[in-house]
Amino acid sequence: MTDPGGVVAAATGVTALTTEEPVGRPTGWWGMVLFVATEATLFACLLGSYFYLRFQFGPQWPPGGVDKPKLLLPLLMTAVLVPSSLPVVWAEHGIRRGRRGRLRAGLAATLVLGLTFLALLAVEYAEDLKHFTMTTDVYGSLFYLITGFHGLHVLVGLTMIGWLLTASLRGGSFGSHRHERVRNAAIYWHFVDAVWVAILFTIYLSPRL
Amino acid sequence: MSTTTSTAPGVGRDDLARLAEHWAEPRSLRAWFTTVDHKKIGRRYLVTAAFFFVLAGLSALVMRTQLARPESGVVSPQEYNQIFTMHGTAMIFLFATPMLFGFGNFLVPLMIGSRDMAFPRLNAFGYWVFLFAGLFMWASLPFGAAPNNGWFAYAPLNQVQHNPGLHMDVYALGLLFLGISTTSGAINFIVTALKLRAPGMSLNRVPLFVWAIVATAFMVVFALPALNADNTMLFLDRRFGTHFFDPSGGGNVLLWQHLFWIFGHPDVYIIVLSALGIVSAVLPAFTRRGVVAYSLIVLSIVAIAIISFGVWVHHMFATGLPQLSYSFFSAASTVITIPSGIQIFAWLATMLLGRLVLRVPLLFVIGFIVTFVLGGLTGAMFAVTAFDQQVTDSYFVVAHFHYVLIGGAVFPMLAGIYYWLPKITGRMYHEGLGRWAFWLTFAGMHVTFFPMHLTGLFGMPRRVYTYRSEPGWDGWNLVSTVGSYLLALGLLLVLVGVVHALRRGRPAPADPWEGDSLEWSTASPPEPYNFPVIPRVHSLHPAWDARTAESTTTGATAERVLSDGRRTLFTSELDARTERAVDMPESSFKPLVLAGALLVFFTAMLLAAYPVAVVAALVVAATIAAWLWPPRRPDEELGVAS
Repeated sequence: MTDPGGVVAAATGVTALTTEEPVGRPTGWWGMVLFVATEATLFACLLGSYFYLRFQFGPQWPPGGVDKPKLLLPLLMTAVLVPSSLPVVWAEHGIRRGRRGRLRAGLAATLVLGLTFLALLAVEYAEDLKHFTMTTDVYGSLFYLITGFHGLHVLVGLTMIGWLLTASLRGGSFGSHRHERVRNAAIYWHFVDAVWVAILFTIYLSPRL
Repeated sequence: MSTTTSTAPGVGRDDLARLAEHWAEPRSLRAWFTTVDHKKIGRRYLVTAAFFFVLAGLSALVMRTQLARPESGVVSPQEYNQIFTMHGTAMIFLFATPMLFGFGNFLVPLMIGSRDMAFPRLNAFGYWVFLFAGLFMWASLPFGAAPNNGWFAYAPLNQVQHNPGLHMDVYALGLLFLGISTTSGAINFIVTALKLRAPGMSLNRVPLFVWAIVATAFMVVFALPALNADNTMLFLDRRFGTHFFDPSGGGNVLLWQHLFWIFGHPDVYIIVLSALGIVSAVLPAFTRRGVVAYSLIVLSIVAIAIISFGVWVHHMFATGLPQLSYSFFSAASTVITIPSGIQIFAWLATMLLGRLVLRVPLLFVIGFIVTFVLGGLTGAMFAVTAFDQQVTDSYFVVAHFHYVLIGGAVFPMLAGIYYWLPKITGRMYHEGLGRWAFWLTFAGMHVTFFPMHLTGLFGMPRRVYTYRSEPGWDGWNLVSTVGSYLLALGLLLVLVGVVHALRRGRPAPADPWEGDSLEWSTASPPEPYNFPVIPRVHSLHPAWDARTAESTTTGATAERVLSDGRRTLFTSELDARTERAVDMPESSFKPLVLAGALLVFFTAMLLAAYPVAVVAALVVAATIAAWLWPPRRPDEELGVAS
């Protein structure tokens, strides 16, 4: 034991037993992975419903004279959201080395990219709503349900990131095992990104195939 | 071989005093609202689920009274629809799963030698949500606004144009609300069983009940989202004019059924599998030997959990889907009987090879085997598409699934109640009362539901509020109704038995049955910290293993007493090697506040008070943020490298 004063133990809530460093995956990691698994299944159900309803509907898709989705904006959204996973990883690695500055900078960068994504989604909606709404027909229902649900998940992820940023600025603890929280938020954020790629394919690319 | 706390030489009196102090709950009413003790939460789950069971059972009695005679008018068709829907919905969602979660909550930490669940506050939150969601749904009945479309809520009858009023909004929102509890509970079970097992309890020494609960929890994680997606779409269809299930807007009514049964069929096994886990837990104590073929049973549990996701279309054989899909799902539905059969044969072998001690829990296990096998046989008949198309939507189906669910879930639960009552309450039950309860429920069950096979084959459709006497259904219906009152009397005697035990039962020793798993190695009822020393496990039957007792006495080290805080041990996922000690959370108001805010949210959504819903959602977010806010400790360095 190189921690005679018990400072680390008190700070982290972890008493080293067999080794000085926390070993093994913490419960929080498992909890987040399982939460992401169940959320991913939810999106699988939604995207499955999309294809089910589409193929039950008939050859004309989208129906009712709605144009095939335009690609520019969704690709721009992809270009904003997918790289936003990188600063989270960077922040996470930073805080493991005790560099709070990197934690803050990384989180702030993700926050900006995520908010940009939501702003672009609003632009997309403003354009689409001129042509169809969720009550127009089943295509509109699916479009807004799936993209809206994803937007909601982006919002939740951004809340987590913003929470971590606030906590780190306010001097909240990120000692040792509390890195776990950064890692958990990172797992969730990567998940939100991955789901977006599936949505890009389903909603925006598949009608053009 | 009970380990009474004061005789453990490895643990000093001051250790025990400190453990008691760290794990003490605040006194008075406050503790009632803030507790995070898995044993209290488990008891609450059991009591609340039993309460909803009584409500759902009374609904069934009203139905049977109405159906006792042809063309009777005890209730109106509208009332009948609400009563039978609430009966099914409550039995499945508010009784069966929560009851098993109650057993799991009380027992899993005790069986794996831990001091609490992995996320104790989440556990408390899950209970409050379950309670509030249950009340949310039942509260609609006095207003005549209860769900009225069957527990499966098929489209298009669930659509607002065919079913105005709040009925199906209550259903959609109530189940979404409840799903939060079920999902968080399932995740908690998995993580608890993975990380908090006592040192030495490698995966091949995990009790079968814990295996069953974990398999069930995985099924919840992957099945429940389908129901959540379904209910979200239903609510949007009804309230905001989307067209998911509405053919006039390009939607498809069968989508509801697909998603519902992708959830619904695994759900049958979610209920039955963990009930089978109770059977595997009860048998060793009353056969005086371990359950035969442990590994095969574990494999069959896993196999059932997986195959159950591939059988859902057998609920839809009469919907006109392509023939090819019938072949696949018919085959899968036949295949799933094999792992179920393996377990039945393993239990029969256990009883043949063991020395039977014919107490009430074993009686219920035998009643379970008889009834469940009959239900399983009619289930295999449904896998034959041609037969299914003849009897689907008739009382034959009602008979089948009550054989499966009462035989396969309620009887094991009753066995579990009698078996663990001494552990849970510290009191023994009255054997004579228990035997009466068994024979009455067993006879009542068969008198009620066996005739339904016949009325079904004679063509009586299910879900009808009355019938004419011409087809000759009345005699058998009367028999069913008489049986249902017998069954109710038997269940009433179970309740009387529990109350009697609490009032007059003699104090239970730590291990009245000589059970084989770890919960029997600690006091009845267990201390708040469960185990004075985290045991070290050397075999599949730790409570029968002298080395376990040795490890908690002579081998007790500071790292397994952990008396300097509210702590428990983390171990590795596969072989349960000690990793570290971890602080567990104190009692807290936040779970209750969070669940309360969600109740306001769902109620506001139901009553279309959307601004209130937005405020409630913000309160939810703020409560979660406060819940997770890291505590500041004065000597804490920011960003200590680890």
